[in-house]
Amino acid sequence: MTSSPSRSAPKLSCRHVWKLYGNVDEHLKAVDVAALDTGRAKSLAQDIRDRGGLVASTDVSFDVMLGEIFVIMGLSGSGKSTIVRCLSRLVEPTAGQILLDGEDLLKSTPKELIDIRRHKMGMVFQSFGLMPHLNVLENVAFPLKLQGMDSKERLSRAERVIALVGLEGRESSFPSQLSGGQQQRVGIARSLAVEPEVWFLDEPFSALDPLIRRQMQDEFLRLQQDLHKSIVFITHDFLEALRIADRMAIMKDGAIVQIGRPVDLILNPVNDYVREFTNDVPWELILTAGDVAANTTPPPCIKEVPASTNVADLLPYLASHESGVAVRGEGNTLSHMTSQSFVAALASGISDASAVKD
Amino acid sequence: MKTISDRPFLVWASVTALVAGLVVFSKGLGPPVTFPETLVVPVTDPMNAAMRWFVDAFGWLFKAVAWLFDWPILFAKALLHSLPWAAWFVLTVYVAFRSGGPGLAVFTALSLLYMVTFGFWTQSINSFALVVVSIPLAVALGFAVGTWGFKSDRAYRVIMPVLDLMQTVPAFAYLLPILLLFGFGTTVGLVASILFAFPPMVRNTIVGLRCVSDEVIESGLMSGATPAQLFWSVRVPTAQRQILLGVNQTTMASLSMVIIASIIGGTNDIGWEVLSTIRKAQFGESLLAGIVIALMAMILDRITWGFAVRSNAAVEPSASGWKICAASFAAAFILAYLFPALREWPEAWIIDPAPSMNAALEWLFVEFRATLEAIKTAALFYIMLPIKIGLSQAVSPFTWGFAVTPVIATAYALVAAAIAIFLIVRGKHQKALGIILFCSVLYVGLTGLSWLALCAIIVALAWQAGGKNLALWVGAGLAFLLLTGIWEPAVVSLYLCGVGVLLAFSLGSAIGVWASENNTLSRIVRPIIDTLQTMPLFVILIPFVMVFKIGEFTALLAIVVYAIVPAIRYTEHGLRNLPRDVIEAAIAIGTTRRQLLWQVKLPLAVPSIMLGLNQTIMFGISMLVITALVGTDDLGQQIYIGLGDGDFGVGMTAGIGMAIIAMTADRITQGFNRQIQSRLGTKLDNAL
Ligand SMILES: Nc1ncnc2c1ncn2[C@@H]1O[C@H](COP(=O)(O)OP(=O)(O)OP(=O)(O)O)[C@@H](O)[C@H]1O
Ligand SMILES: [Mg+2]
Repeated sequence: MTSSPSRSAPKLSCRHVWKLYGNVDEHLKAVDVAALDTGRAKSLAQDIRDRGGLVASTDVSFDVMLGEIFVIMGLSGSGKSTIVRCLSRLVEPTAGQILLDGEDLLKSTPKELIDIRRHKMGMVFQSFGLMPHLNVLENVAFPLKLQGMDSKERLSRAERVIALVGLEGRESSFPSQLSGGQQQRVGIARSLAVEPEVWFLDEPFSALDPLIRRQMQDEFLRLQQDLHKSIVFITHDFLEALRIADRMAIMKDGAIVQIGRPVDLILNPVNDYVREFTNDVPWELILTAGDVAANTTPPPCIKEVPASTNVADLLPYLASHESGVAVRGEGNTLSHMTSQSFVAALASGISDASAVKD
Repeated sequence: MKTISDRPFLVWASVTALVAGLVVFSKGLGPPVTFPETLVVPVTDPMNAAMRWFVDAFGWLFKAVAWLFDWPILFAKALLHSLPWAAWFVLTVYVAFRSGGPGLAVFTALSLLYMVTFGFWTQSINSFALVVVSIPLAVALGFAVGTWGFKSDRAYRVIMPVLDLMQTVPAFAYLLPILLLFGFGTTVGLVASILFAFPPMVRNTIVGLRCVSDEVIESGLMSGATPAQLFWSVRVPTAQRQILLGVNQTTMASLSMVIIASIIGGTNDIGWEVLSTIRKAQFGESLLAGIVIALMAMILDRITWGFAVRSNAAVEPSASGWKICAASFAAAFILAYLFPALREWPEAWIIDPAPSMNAALEWLFVEFRATLEAIKTAALFYIMLPIKIGLSQAVSPFTWGFAVTPVIATAYALVAAAIAIFLIVRGKHQKALGIILFCSVLYVGLTGLSWLALCAIIVALAWQAGGKNLALWVGAGLAFLLLTGIWEPAVVSLYLCGVGVLLAFSLGSAIGVWASENNTLSRIVRPIIDTLQTMPLFVILIPFVMVFKIGEFTALLAIVVYAIVPAIRYTEHGLRNLPRDVIEAAIAIGTTRRQLLWQVKLPLAVPSIMLGLNQTIMFGISMLVITALVGTDDLGQQIYIGLGDGDFGVGMTAGIGMAIIAMTADRITQGFNRQIQSRLGTKLDNAL
């Protein structure tokens, strides 16, 4: 959330991407997927499932902006991995379009695809996918070796990225001699070695324990601040998404349920499925004054705070000042925040109002 | 509770009725008891004619290949002989050190010294030259076929059954067609050893290439690998360990075939040394030479194994190590010219304890003759003969002290019937059937049993293990044995192998159970069975021939000793590798150690133990064929005779017959095992 992505042009977009498994290609043959609206897509997917097809992606569309971290969340089996693998064409989508810098990736020849992967894409895998027969240095230099880069240059470049992920001194270790966190650093270093523009991470930290995970997230954010990649990041963990996402999507049964900033999802979940994900989040920690302020002009002569102020910091003040604070947002607009508006914001994220009986 | 109207029960009831009927009324029934001669198809003559035609038509091609293959062998021999033994000594010990550390290096050094000082260097080198040429060819062939099987599912479906067949056809049977096609010469050994040794390489290559994880492949793809790069730089290196294990198995198979191939003679190699001395009853000499084979096998095994398991570890081959090695190699070379003993070990210095060994053996014989004879006759009279020719003939005043009079026979039948009725009253119908079947078969013995009865039993077993399909296949196999006229030797094979497997399995699984509970025993047993398993089959035969001379009893002992290996190994492995949570749960309930073993561990380990039984049978069969050398009258002997006479028809039908027996036993045990596994809900990999 720290970097501010340029909203100018999408770096990578997918449009109406479908992926079916099994020999069910005929289901989509006569369908123009681009012309389907959400409702029709949903009923088509249901229809295919009823006929015994396996639908792993249903009409998925989203954009990833230049320098943006786009997070995908969803239950196990909801199709997250499938969609990133479609984006990198490790899996061939059954229908739809994938645009990288405006060019349709699905139209590229095998040779062009290899070229794109060599220079534009990087991917980090949940269980690391390291080559067991290569040591750390060779693993990181592996993509460069495949490109035919000469050994001096590739080793020096590999050493640079290894330093970037903090693994200096372990260059000659083999994967089996490293801890999970260290192995994932190698995976990250390897995917960065080719200096990709688009970076896919499929649950990169799930196999790590909470402490290491947190540390890796910090490092990931630090890296991103320097590198400004366009990133698609899959996670199971809403708190992780919260820490790193610029925008995020929630998936269910292969379809996207909601896309937005994490805060939007918390404050305005479209349904109970999304609400389930956000339930356990300690809201006062992530909401800012701008998020909860009511859209009314504040009375004059009250204290003023910037919109990015964390709500938690304001709570003591609000508790003793009924008149609230004025919030200065983007473009110098002023809005009004009271303890009342905070409670209202919280309430919108809860569906069950039965706790208080009339 | 199973009802008696159960289908398997009905089938077994009819089989039992048939068998008992055929036993009781065997006199004068004719065709159902003795297979009618007129139905036997004379296949051997047409087969020989076909082979002769084929050799006439295409012999030149094979002769040309033989001529081609002669060159690398000659070259390898020349190279190996031209350098002083001391130089090879240094090189081999260094390689052993790289692969297995100082321990293996010392072992290798001592073994090589043994070969040199006991005067077996030349013969060892001659055998080794063949192995050295055959390994790269077998590995290359196996890797290529394995890759093909990995890439194409259709190829896989063809390759697998062919490999199954190749690995069940006994090693001996390979030699004959090759001998006829390629003519006498070292090439026969080479070709046989390549054909015999490449199947394990195929299997390991396929398994290795398949088991590379998706993520490794995907990360290779995302690194921008071309298809060729993906295969050679990602898949193959990742599968390296499995592939090297394949190299290890190929090496061992190649060595054992090279040894076996020396049976065709004319070569001055170590296998021939063993064989020719056995034939001359010079057991001291053959034991000394046999030890050389065993040492060679162990060295080759440990070195290739060491490279396989170390392949992914962080041992960088240090440049300085190779420099030291090269320097010592050169030093040994130069020294050898200063001290000729380092080039060629002087005849006069050769240690030869063989005469004194023979004398000692002779003494042992005279001294313990009575005991040895007693052991032998006891086994023969009370175990082997009853099973082979049945109680009705084995029991005589000479053996058991009384004759089977009609009264005794009737009493026997009545006792059997009484037990059966008792069991039926207790509701144990299946056990009653078993008793009747067992007593009927035991009365006439396997060879005295009518062919129809034996076929019925085997087909019923196949039906129960694998359903209608398996029963049909097994029926067809049995028909082959009957129609080609090799039924009688086949039954002898069945009997020898059956008794051997029975003993090996009961003994072996008992040891396995014990070893699983007792770490000391396990530590003692492990190296012994490891060694037995790497030992070429010939060598195992030697001590038994020495003590018990030739004959079925010797054959049986060799079979038991070799086949016991998997019985111990799989039982112990199965018992030691049970799911930990189940064991912990049982302990937490408060089982005693005995209860834990009998009521929890053993039932759970049944699939692994069954797999052990399957392997016990396979080991038994491969040994059985070799025991033809000590004079059995089974299919193995037929193969041996076919080989000796150059009779393709006889040797080949016997070889196929042996393969049929092996595959039948394999499929039936596997079928039962699958049923047990699906009942336990476990899945077991065959990797051990
Ligand atoms: N190769 C395949 N063949 C058949 N079905 C597949 C294949 N790969 C994935 N699927 C199915 O597609 C669906 C989506 O799988 P996917 O791996 O994308 O889920 P995911 O959201 O990544 O789950 P997880 O969080 O467990 O990784 C699942 O129902 C899965 O069974
Ligand atoms: Mg996934």
